[in-house]
Amino acid sequence: MPDVTLETRDLTVRFGGHVAVDHVSCRFHAGELTAIVGPNGAGKTTYFNLISGQIPVSEGTVLLNGNDLTRATVPARTLAGIGRAFQLTNLFPDLTVLENLRLVVQAHRGPKFSLFSRAAAHEELTEAAQVILQRVRLDTMADQVVTALSHGDQRKLEVAMLIALDPQIYMFDEPTAGMSADEAPVVLDLIAEIKADTSRTVLLVEHKMDVIRTLADRIIVLHNGALVADGPPAEVMGSDIVREAYLGKEIADV
Amino acid sequence: MLMKLISGDTPRSPILSVILAAILLSLAFAPFLFPGTRPLDTAAHICIFIILVASYDLMLGYGGIVSFAHTMFFGIGAYGVALSLEHMGRSFGAVAFGTVAGMILAAALAFVIAMFSLRVRAIFFAMITLAVASAVAVLVSQFSTLTGGEDGMTLKIPRELTPAFKFHDEKILGVRMNGKLLNYYMVFFSTLILFLVMLRMVNSPFGSVLKAIRENAFRAEAVGYRVVVYRTAVTVISAMIAALAGAIYALWLRYVGPATTLSFDIMLDILLMVVIGGMGTMYGAVIGATVFVLAQTYLQDLMGTASDATSALPLIPDLLNPDRWLLWLGVLFILSIYFFPTGVVGRLRGAK
Repeated sequence: MPDVTLETRDLTVRFGGHVAVDHVSCRFHAGELTAIVGPNGAGKTTYFNLISGQIPVSEGTVLLNGNDLTRATVPARTLAGIGRAFQLTNLFPDLTVLENLRLVVQAHRGPKFSLFSRAAAHEELTEAAQVILQRVRLDTMADQVVTALSHGDQRKLEVAMLIALDPQIYMFDEPTAGMSADEAPVVLDLIAEIKADTSRTVLLVEHKMDVIRTLADRIIVLHNGALVADGPPAEVMGSDIVREAYLGKEIADV
Repeated sequence: MLMKLISGDTPRSPILSVILAAILLSLAFAPFLFPGTRPLDTAAHICIFIILVASYDLMLGYGGIVSFAHTMFFGIGAYGVALSLEHMGRSFGAVAFGTVAGMILAAALAFVIAMFSLRVRAIFFAMITLAVASAVAVLVSQFSTLTGGEDGMTLKIPRELTPAFKFHDEKILGVRMNGKLLNYYMVFFSTLILFLVMLRMVNSPFGSVLKAIRENAFRAEAVGYRVVVYRTAVTVISAMIAALAGAIYALWLRYVGPATTLSFDIMLDILLMVVIGGMGTMYGAVIGATVFVLAQTYLQDLMGTASDATSALPLIPDLLNPDRWLLWLGVLFILSIYFFPTGVVGRLRGAK
């Protein structure tokens, strides 16, 4: 079995009386792509938020390589190696594509507190950003302001931002949502490339079953905040509990 | 060379470049171009407000932080120099000590305010700065044994910076070569250097992080920047520069008082100058300060002339009476904000 990189133990969050994520214990391994599925409102994005730190945990722990990050801040987790792309495009809207990426590269390579050097003079940052732009095929858009980009290109930039972060854990939250049929493959190929690097762990929230079938090594199913199934795709997708979670008990019984 | 000086951040508009060059040249040669005490005083005011407004823009336009304590930091610098000159005697050593002490106090105060309030919502920071600034203003006006209270303090500045000091007996181009001229050039070059330093800061890696935080603080955290640290840093830097501007202002006026440094009126002036010039552009500070100080100084004269010229007409001379200058200043601002919502600089850049 490959190394466990990320682990959640009894991870729970309550909003008032509502338990959005309910004692989810799960281990993720290097070189593995885990798809997280479940109906709307199952707690998939909330689970992501607990791992990357946007929402404080009510109970349980988040471990990265055995280190407890449950109380760590968002930037601390990011620098420790948990990288996240967002479901709703979440960029720096009035900066250019290149500036967006440069900022990410700068965040983990520095210089962070250089006050008196010119940002544009740090060519190593620009070069690193440009390499990534080519990978997502946005290199011709480098000097465009984000708000001028199409939705598909903004989604690509969102993925590029995560790649620029070069994290140990990649978390994708519906990376192809709203993308056209000819744009989506670019992003999916990138995710496949990342997965091929056996030192990386990929978590993917996705609704499209064909995407899951081609990419996932493993599927976990969340339903009403609880982990209800965990296993290889073929096994999980055929199971009753998944059909029940998606379709409701009555219909599944028919 | 020039590109390096301005950190590659060009005005990006031909008209703006021309206006900025005209302002730079006018200020650089003000003593020779505009003889007399009042124009020189106006030029010095413009310089000092350029520093003050640019440092405020650093916080508001780049950091996205609203503060009402900028005049407090300005005042701390001014009183720092005044007090050290009063108690340490008339020397440059005292000036340096007062300036540095003022900057350190401003930085410490800014740090404490920022650490306590920037973690939470932006509006809370604004309220805290308002409260602290009001408290300091009251304290200064009440503590009259130390600060001279409402009357303020007259400074005995080093003789080399006063009109009594002549370093050349002959006039050059009709201008007396005295300490007043030196004092003006001290103001001018301080402004020029500080402005270029600030322009460099906003174009540095640090500056790009500030822009990122202003655009989307949530995402800035998610890519690994500690937002509170950056916001605190920019608040401290801005406060220190404001204190430095205050010290320079005190030396120029040879006077400090609550009305010239700490008053809320000046805080509003700074806000207006930033907005008129254009937030988050740095060059906006130059335009805003110039337009505003000129309007404040010369609008009354202009209206007097206009009133006399239209004396044959009904009603209009009354409207243009110099006593109504504040009304017209207000109208000017409303119009400028209506027509230039992104400031003069934003407008000129947008037009291309």
